[in-house]
Amino acid sequence: MHAYLTSTGLISPQRTFENDFSCGLQTEGAAILPAIEPDYRGLISPVQLRRMSRILKLGIGAAQLCINNAGGLQPDAIIVGTGLACVNDLEIFLKSIIETGEQSLSSIPFINSLHNTVAAQVARILKIQTYNNTHCHRGASFENALLDALMLLHEKEHKQALVGGIDEFSMHYYNLLPAKVVTGEGAGFFLLSHLPAGKNSVKISAVRTFYAPGEDFIARFLAEQHTPVHQLDAVLLGMNGNPSDDAVYHRLIDNFFPPDTRLITYKHLCGEYHTSSAFALALAAHSIAAGAFPAPAVFKPGKSAKPQKVLLYNHYQNCNHTLMLVTG
Amino acid sequence: MSAVYITGAGMISALGNSVKETLLALREQRSGISPITLFDTRLKHIPAGEVKCSDEELLDRMDIHSDRDTYTRTALLGLTAAKEAMRMSQSSVDKQRISLVSSTTTGGMSFHEKNAHTIFTGTTGSKYIALLDCADAAQKIARHFGISNNITTVSTACSSSANAIIVGARMIKTGMADKVLVGGTDALTRFALNGFNSLEILSPDGCMPFDAHRNGISLGEGAAYLVLESAAVAKPENILCRLSGYTNTNEAYHQTASSPDGEGATLSIRQALETAGLLAADIDYINAHGTGTWINDLSEGRAIETVFGTAIPPVSSTKGYTGHTLAAAGAAEAIISMLAIQHNLLFPNLRFTAQMPELSFTPQTTMEENVPVNHVLSNSFGFGGSNATLIFSRP
Amino acid sequence: MEKTALVEQLKTQIIEALLLEDLTPNDIDPAAPLFVEGLGLDSIDALELILLLEKQYGIRVEDPKERRDALQSVNAMADYILSHKSEG
Repeated sequence: MHAYLTSTGLISPQRTFENDFSCGLQTEGAAILPAIEPDYRGLISPVQLRRMSRILKLGIGAAQLCINNAGGLQPDAIIVGTGLACVNDLEIFLKSIIETGEQSLSSIPFINSLHNTVAAQVARILKIQTYNNTHCHRGASFENALLDALMLLHEKEHKQALVGGIDEFSMHYYNLLPAKVVTGEGAGFFLLSHLPAGKNSVKISAVRTFYAPGEDFIARFLAEQHTPVHQLDAVLLGMNGNPSDDAVYHRLIDNFFPPDTRLITYKHLCGEYHTSSAFALALAAHSIAAGAFPAPAVFKPGKSAKPQKVLLYNHYQNCNHTLMLVTG
Repeated sequence: MSAVYITGAGMISALGNSVKETLLALREQRSGISPITLFDTRLKHIPAGEVKCSDEELLDRMDIHSDRDTYTRTALLGLTAAKEAMRMSQSSVDKQRISLVSSTTTGGMSFHEKNAHTIFTGTTGSKYIALLDCADAAQKIARHFGISNNITTVSTACSSSANAIIVGARMIKTGMADKVLVGGTDALTRFALNGFNSLEILSPDGCMPFDAHRNGISLGEGAAYLVLESAAVAKPENILCRLSGYTNTNEAYHQTASSPDGEGATLSIRQALETAGLLAADIDYINAHGTGTWINDLSEGRAIETVFGTAIPPVSSTKGYTGHTLAAAGAAEAIISMLAIQHNLLFPNLRFTAQMPELSFTPQTTMEENVPVNHVLSNSFGFGGSNATLIFSRP
Repeated sequence: MEKTALVEQLKTQIIEALLLEDLTPNDIDPAAPLFVEGLGLDSIDALELILLLEKQYGIRVEDPKERRDALQSVNAMADYILSHKSEG
C-alpha cells in the first residue's frame, strides 16, 4: 500500500506556512517552541473564524494551505491524527465545571473539545461529505491517520485523501512531563493521491505503527519493503534531547545503520509533540524534491547522493514506535 | 467485499457485565437507566445508564493487584469487554497478523476530573500523565494480549466505535491483518454530563427515542469489543455473524445538529447498503442511532423514510436500555444487532408513548421472537456530522 | 434603563459573548433578525444568548416559543428584558 504526495500545508515553529523549509529560525535555549501562524483571515472566512479556538485555526489554516498549494484540488477523504486534540478547550470546560459548581456553562468549549472537531470543521468548510476520521493515539496518531488513508486509496474507493497531524501546546500537560524536553506544536496537512501528481511526485511507500515491538521490527519492516538498510539515502530520527529517549536512536546508529548513513533530526526545529512526525514528513518530502536537506536539520552528513529513499523513525517514550518509508 | 467475520464479542454496560447478561436484560425489557451514584454532581436528578460496578470491583474481577491506581474507569471497562471478546474467539493467529482498533471520546476524563486539582497545579505524579489521553485504554488492552502491530484509537464522538469497526474491517480487507480486536469504551463523566447539559439535550427522566414527547438523551457508560477475522483464519464453528456492509460519511452541515431533512443519514444508509450489495428490502431490522433528541430522531426518521419508502422494516433504538454510551455505542449496538440475528429477535423501543407526527412509521414496541432476522442495519451518528452505518448478516 | 441605551449595551454584550470580533456595535441592525438572515447565527449562538440573559440580567427563559420570540432581534431582546425586569 502506498500513496503519492500532491501537496503539503504546514504551520510549525519554523516559517513553513510560507513553504520556507530552510529551518533557519534559531531555537537554541528555548523550552517551548510556539507555532508561527499565518494571518488566518486570508485562509478562513470571518464567520467561520469567530468560534474557533487556536487549535482549530492551526488545523483548518494548515488544511487550507495544503488545498491552496494543490491548486484547489478537493479531497474525498479527511483524516486527522492528533495526540491530545483540543486539550485546551477540554481544560477550559473542565475548569468551568469546577469553578461554577456545574452552573450556567457555555457549550462552546465543550463542543470544541471533542476530538474530531478539526476533521469535522475541515469537512464542513470544504463541504466534503465523504470519509472523515480522527485517530488519537499518542505518538502514533499521525501515522495511524496516514495508514488509514493508505488503506482507503488502496481500495480505490477514494482518490484524494487529506491527512493531517495536529497538536497544540498545553501548559498543564507540559507541567506533568516526567522529563522536560523542548516542546513544540504544529499542524501539517498532506494531500495524498493514488496516482502520482507529476514526474517528481514524492511517494509514501509504507507506514507502520508498533506498540512495544520486538528488537528487529525495523529490519522486518525494511525487508517487507525490499529495501536493504544500505540503500537508504537518509534516515530521519526523532531525537528530542532526553537522554533516555535518545539512547534508543543511538543504539541503532551504533549497531544497525551503516556508518555512512546520512542522519537527519528535526525536534530541535519543531519541538517534541505527539504528531511531530507530520513536521518530519513535510521536511522529508520537501528535501527530496529540493535534492538536499536544510543544513540545520543535518545531524551527520554521511553520503551525499540526492536523497531518494528516506526512512523516518520516531518513538514516543520507547513505547509507540512508528516507521515511514518515503521515496523520490 | 471480501468477507469479514465476527468471531468474538464482549460487552459491559448498564445492562450487565457480559454479552449473556446483556441478552437477558434485553429479553426482560429491562432498562439500565437509573439515578447517578458514581460521583457527586449538581445534575443528580438526571438519570443515566451506569455500569453497576465500582472501579474497585472491576479491578478485583480482573485480578489486577499491582498499580491499581493506574487504571482509569475507561480502561477497566475496555479491558473487561475486550477480555470477553478475545476469550470467545478461539482461533490461533500469528501475533504479527493481529491488530487493535479501539475508540473513546472521554479517554482519561474520569481520572482527570477526579484529580483536576493536582493535575492543573502540576503536582500529580508524572506516572499519571499517560492516563489522561485517549490512547491509554487501547495500550492497556494491547499490553494484556501482547498485540503490537498497528494499534490505534479512533475518536469521532458518538460514532467512534462504529468507525473503529470500519477501520478494523479495512485492515482485514486490505490484507494488513487477519484478526482485529475492535470496539470502544467510555466511562460516565461529569464532563460529558455537563457538556450535554450545556446543550440542553439531556432527558430529565429517561430517553424516549422516536416519541412525540421525546426530551433528550440519557447518557450511559460501558465498553463493547468485537473480534473481526478474515476468511483465511476464521473457524466456521466460531463465526457469530458477518459484517457485510459499512460506510463512514460526514454530513458537513453543522457542529452539533444534523439536518432536519436527514441528508447525511440518508447518504450513510444508502452507501452502507451499496457496499453490502443489498437492497433496502433485504434489511430485516434497523437498530437506529435514536438518541431521543428532537433533532436526531426527526432527521434519522426522515432518512429511513427516504431510503425505505413505504416498506420500512422494524426500527428500534436500544438506547432506552443502555443509555447513550458515546464511543462504546456503535460496538454495543453492533453486538445487539448480532444478538438479533443469532436469536431471531426484535428488541422493542422502551418508553414509547406517542407517534411522532412528522413520521409515517412507529418504532417496534413489542418483543418479537422467532422472526427471521438475516440482515440488520445499525446507525451511529456523531457530533461534527460524523456518521457511520454498519450492516450485519447471518454468515 | 432606557430601551436605546439597553439596545446599545446588548450589542456590545452580544459581540463579546458570540466572539464576533470583526464586528462593531454599529454593524448590528437592532431590528434585523439575529438568526439565519442578519447576523446568521445558529443554535449554539442561541444557547449563548440565553446564557447572556441569565448571567447579565438574571432572566431565565425556558419555554421554546418564548425563546424564539425573545431572540428575534436585538430590539426583541431589549423588549423582553424590559418587560421581565418590571415584573420582578
